[in-house]
Amino acid sequence: MNTAVNFTDAAKTALKNPTLRSNFRQAMDSLRERRAAQFPDQDELERARDLAGAIRRRSLNHLAENLVQLESQCQKNGIQVHWAETPAQANEIILEICQRHDAKHVIKGKSMVSEECHLNDYLAKHDIEALESDLGEYIVQIDGETPSHIIMPAIHKNKKEIAELFAEKIPGVEYTEDVDTLTAIARKVLRSKFETAAVGISGVNFAVAETGTLCLVENEGNGRMTTTVPPVHIAITGIEKVVPSLSDVAPLYSVLTRSATGQHATTYFNMISSPRREGERDGPQEVHLVLLDNGRSKIYQDERMQDTLKCIRCGACMNHCPVYTRIGGHAYGTVYPGPIGQILNPQQYGIDQQGEMLSACSLNGACGEACPVRIPIPSLISELRHEATRNDQAGTVYGQGALRKLHEALVWGSWKWIHRTPWAYKAMGLAATRLRRLVPSAAMGPWTKTRVKPALAEKTLHELMKERNS
Amino acid sequence: MRDIYYFGTCLVDLFYPQAGMAGIQLLERFGARVHYPQEQSCCGQPPFNSGFRDEAQNVAIQQLALFDQPFDLVVPSGSCAGMIKHHWPELLKGTDHEARAIELAARTYELGEYLIDHLNVTLEDQGEPTTVVVHTSCSARREMGVAEQGKALLGMLKNVTVEVPKYETECCGFGGTFSVKQPEISAAMAEDKTTHLAAAGADRFVCGDSGCLMNLSGTLEKRGIQLDSSHLYDFIWERVQ
Repeated sequence: MNTAVNFTDAAKTALKNPTLRSNFRQAMDSLRERRAAQFPDQDELERARDLAGAIRRRSLNHLAENLVQLESQCQKNGIQVHWAETPAQANEIILEICQRHDAKHVIKGKSMVSEECHLNDYLAKHDIEALESDLGEYIVQIDGETPSHIIMPAIHKNKKEIAELFAEKIPGVEYTEDVDTLTAIARKVLRSKFETAAVGISGVNFAVAETGTLCLVENEGNGRMTTTVPPVHIAITGIEKVVPSLSDVAPLYSVLTRSATGQHATTYFNMISSPRREGERDGPQEVHLVLLDNGRSKIYQDERMQDTLKCIRCGACMNHCPVYTRIGGHAYGTVYPGPIGQILNPQQYGIDQQGEMLSACSLNGACGEACPVRIPIPSLISELRHEATRNDQAGTVYGQGALRKLHEALVWGSWKWIHRTPWAYKAMGLAATRLRRLVPSAAMGPWTKTRVKPALAEKTLHELMKERNS
Repeated sequence: MRDIYYFGTCLVDLFYPQAGMAGIQLLERFGARVHYPQEQSCCGQPPFNSGFRDEAQNVAIQQLALFDQPFDLVVPSGSCAGMIKHHWPELLKGTDHEARAIELAARTYELGEYLIDHLNVTLEDQGEPTTVVVHTSCSARREMGVAEQGKALLGMLKNVTVEVPKYETECCGFGGTFSVKQPEISAAMAEDKTTHLAAAGADRFVCGDSGCLMNLSGTLEKRGIQLDSSHLYDFIWERVQ
């Protein structure tokens, strides 16, 4: 999957949109403040991150065993387990289930993995309407957009834009900026769909191997409706979401909700362990679990990059990223935006396809500091930049070397020679300082478009120290 | 008297040698004998951050050899200190130089950190009352964990009021080659940072990392904002004369 729009161009366009900039700045400020309020004690925060990171590390250390156990426990509980190596396979599996139940429309809870599969488009091609029931997802869906944030899909829109959208797209709706009214409108549309949908499709936050339990974290109750009202529930998730035991869930849930939305707990926390049992009055008759690889096992094979898979999809990295805060999620042109997207997308789809965004990071470290499971995102971005420019074919990431440019290689080649050759380095310093008035602003490229040229000193520190010691 | 090595950094060498000299004089005033190997050049961060690790490694190996005595290595930059302390061991992993890189990392410090935590300095302010707004680099803050030391030095100057800008901990948009590869994003970050620096209403802006200082003072001037800039160590040295 290539990105339709060039990242750098999309970012430039986004920077020129004051409404978008203000929407993101305000939203990210609020999310950061709410997260900070949940972690008043720095030591407690670090301990929580240690614990959560260790649980995710241990889960990955035994990934294969955990997955085998998850499959057998789910089957024991009556959940049907399907394996998909590619999004195409996942789509086929889901379509087959929908067709078997003669589904004309399905209702969806929020799932980023289904976004990886472009599942809604695929089902639509087979005459099945998939309606998003998470409010944010519903908003972007009726506007023909994709999520701009993994937790808050419609965060790029302000109240006024949503009011206009509803008045335009939902029949019989009058323009209103009243949030409660807008929510009630969406709720009314969705309620009727819940009643008639043949299949509900959701994501999974944690899949517990020991018990065969699928955990789903949400606030709107749409997740519970999606997984209990329709006669069939299909859960789709990535293979990395498995944790060994039930006791692993609470510490992860705790850092997830606090890091994501600054909530001590979400309104709903669903634990799905089976279809409706005999004598039970509600719940689906069938529950399916689709486990998607889509490049994850390749990432898993590389020890350095494996930390990418620790992610619990809280979105704190994007909330704290000064680049994401300014350009928003759509500029990335990928399913996962922001810092986690910058390490995940190039590995999943290849540096040649989605590597350009690797340059959009100042390595300031804010994402790594916020990550509740201690993924060293800045180090991984740095590693991927190395993969992107190496020319020895000794790397492990798809599309390695794709961003190596000859002029850049020449620059760093000369840089190396100058900086390891003391007389050359000193000669360069001497020339630069003596000829400082002759260096044109243009020599600094785009730097001087928005900055005054930095002033070279009259003498280098090397010279000052030499004079002093002589 | 304790012997220390001083790694001046390439940006200080070319653009802020006075600040580099101020750092050396501060160290000497508080009892250090400073060794400045003339063969030093750059920590290799620019190519390292751009993915060109072979080139960075090559220079790191040559530079590493200059600091072979068991003296502490002091660097007037959180960013370059962070490169030596945290990335040289990673860069030289699996080579014959790994053990030496790890050993050097353990005795590498940012200048402000060294003055406060190791030389336990006290500063006698000789200057007129003034207010400064300070920006701490992300490397000093997050990689080196020494954000407080720079401010602590300023805090010892009795006639200096220290302000911090709104969004204090946010990146200024420099990021080395980031500012060249994504100039528009970098400029947007620098614009916001300079707006917040100006809003602090200080007489002067100070910063202990040359990259951020160059980015922000250049942006302030281009935008026509009247706010003088100084390198942190230049400013401190002048205050104690």
